Amino acid sequence: MTEITTEKARIGAPSAQPFINGFTEEGESLSPINANASKAPLAGEAVKRHSHGGGVGIPDSSRAGRLTSYNLADFKPLTGLEEDWRFTPLKRLRGLHSEVLAGAAPTVTVSGPDQVTVETVARGDKRIGSAGIPEDRVSANAWENFSEATVLTIPAEFEADTEVTVVIEGTSTEAAAQHLVIVAEKFSKAVVILNHQGSAVVSENIEIVVEDGANLTVVSLQEWNDDAVHASSQQAKIGRDAKFKHVVVSLGGDLVRVTPSTRFTAPGGEAEMFGLYFADAGQHLEQRLFVDHAVANCTSNVLYKGALQGRNAHAVWVGDVLIRKEAEGTDSYEANRNLLLTDGARADSVPNLEIETGLIKGAGHASATGRLDDEHLFYLMARGIPEDVARRLVVRGFLHEIIQQIKVPALEERLTEAVERELAVTNN
Amino acid sequence: MSTLEIKDLHVSIDTEQGTKEILKGVSLTIKTGQTHAIMGPNGSGKSTLASTIAGHPRYKVTSGTITLDGEDVLAMTVDQRARAGLFLAMQYPVEVPGVSMTNFLRTAKTAIDGEAPKLRTWTKDVKAAMAQLRIDADFAERNVNEGFSGGEKKRVEILQLELFKPKFAILDETDSGLDVDALKVVSEGVNRAHEAGNMGTLLITHYTRILRYIKPDFVHVFVDGQVVEEGGPELADRLEDEGYDRYATGAGAATIAAAAQA
Ligand SMILES: Nc1ncnc2c1ncn2[C@@H]1O[C@H](COP(=O)(O)OP(=O)(O)OP(=O)(O)O)[C@@H](O)[C@H]1O
Ligand SMILES: [Mg+2]
Repeated sequence: MTEITTEKARIGAPSAQPFINGFTEEGESLSPINANASKAPLAGEAVKRHSHGGGVGIPDSSRAGRLTSYNLADFKPLTGLEEDWRFTPLKRLRGLHSEVLAGAAPTVTVSGPDQVTVETVARGDKRIGSAGIPEDRVSANAWENFSEATVLTIPAEFEADTEVTVVIEGTSTEAAAQHLVIVAEKFSKAVVILNHQGSAVVSENIEIVVEDGANLTVVSLQEWNDDAVHASSQQAKIGRDAKFKHVVVSLGGDLVRVTPSTRFTAPGGEAEMFGLYFADAGQHLEQRLFVDHAVANCTSNVLYKGALQGRNAHAVWVGDVLIRKEAEGTDSYEANRNLLLTDGARADSVPNLEIETGLIKGAGHASATGRLDDEHLFYLMARGIPEDVARRLVVRGFLHEIIQQIKVPALEERLTEAVERELAVTNN
Repeated sequence: MSTLEIKDLHVSIDTEQGTKEILKGVSLTIKTGQTHAIMGPNGSGKSTLASTIAGHPRYKVTSGTITLDGEDVLAMTVDQRARAGLFLAMQYPVEVPGVSMTNFLRTAKTAIDGEAPKLRTWTKDVKAAMAQLRIDADFAERNVNEGFSGGEKKRVEILQLELFKPKFAILDETDSGLDVDALKVVSEGVNRAHEAGNMGTLLITHYTRILRYIKPDFVHVFVDGQVVEEGGPELADRLEDEGYDRYATGAGAATIAAAAQA
């Protein structure tokens, strides 16, 4: 791949802001439905410092300083100039940031082993707020507006031998709110596939609890119809010695913005976060991830790959990895690679690596955006392979690196076919 | 019986300093069953000739012709040339990430033959050809040339030569970077491809070493974008003894021939 842009990471960017004089925890406005969240590791300092009505206006120079709150009112109306919204075309959010989300939420249908429990619960359920807290206005808007949530529980020590499939089917394009909680109890093992399809305008909060010793894979597929608008905050809390694999696959939809975060709460956790996206003409596919190394001896590995084709195909990848002072022995790597297949497509790629301790095993990042390499094409064509077939071979190979990480054969096959369909569009 | 004919070929490339003429009138005719060696010093334009025949877009033909059995090769795209029966074993084979050898070989064979090979015999053929070239079976699962050593890449080029069965093979310094054992293995591969009697070979080399294993019928000495001397296999022996020094770069062929006579 010929590199044409590589954005520099902010290594060692200014980190945790000093405590603000005059503000104490009394001033917090935590969610009434989950007041104990302030003690949860995920709420952490950010809540303590910044969940004050109206926001305190701390420059967003460190991910640790991000405003988090269960209250929509704490987030100012968006202007598009905010650091975390600067790439998103707000006009195309179709009210997710500005309207009451009163539409019918996409329907949720779960299939999988009987041992996995599925409940529909009201807002007051104690599991709500156990792994997530909104980090932006659109997520807070969903939190404010959802009426009921689906809770999936993989019971302790249960090892699922087939996947749990959650079909999230949109049926209306009225702006809606959705809430899901996935709990992998101690020493359980499972693969959960979230299959987003149909037409929807939805802001979604997904909370993922990976308890001690559990091994959970969550694959979020966005195979929406062309008119869908989807913002999805997927926040995972990782217990001691737990393993978490998160895979984001965004193919369909007009605007899809997935913001996954992984927070380590006890030593020994391992997280792998993979992403695959294929942006066609006019599509906006955005992913902003956060890995919070808040404790010692955890490892994280992030790899997102995307292909873009057609006019105004736009992909955004922002990877925030924060290695806090306490996180000695961390091993972390993040990378994003984009392949521009035609002119007129654009990929923004920004890795942010903040390191607050020198006592780590490793931390690295990489970002590259390139075009199909002419020498690769020449080699394949010099063996008789026509240009369009050669291009497909190379792109397929490029994306296959992610597909093969999923390790669910049926899903790998399906995604390979989905990529083929995307590729077929190039050559029409 | 096929004929590859190159007539008064002039080729330029665009460089930052402007257009640079590299081939300055090359004529060559190769027939099925023949092996022609092209020998010349570094930078004389050997790879340029090879890449131009294959159709690399960097090389611009400013005049002259290349025909395959009368068909205009220069009018063909890169993949059409390969399907017409031209094969270039590259001096520096390219690594293609993400594409497995198995997938690549099958896709190329399908394109060249116009139909997919029968899976069972094909898998067997590939395995056998790999074994003969002493290529580890696990290379089939690796990506095309990715992480292969220089010598391994050259073997894999010859593997393709044996599997694709072209009419004309252009071997660009296939011998460079090979130790003696590998050189033998690779030469045997080329000789096997030749035995069937349906292939002509243009063997480009800097050294005479490979000519102990692959016997050329004709030797062309290439200096500064031109053939400056031609002869039989004995010319290679003389080059071995005397090197290229006697061909003063830039001098005309006639002068050189005269000097050689003296
Ligand atoms: N892309 C390029 N940019 C600039 N000069 C080039 C380029 N490609 C080839 N040349 C020049 O053209 C001339 C011929 O190069 P070529 O590679 O054909 O030589 P060669 O005979 O194959 O040499 P070698 O024995 O080193 O392989 C050289 O002077 C080389 O520097
Ligand atoms: Mg060369």
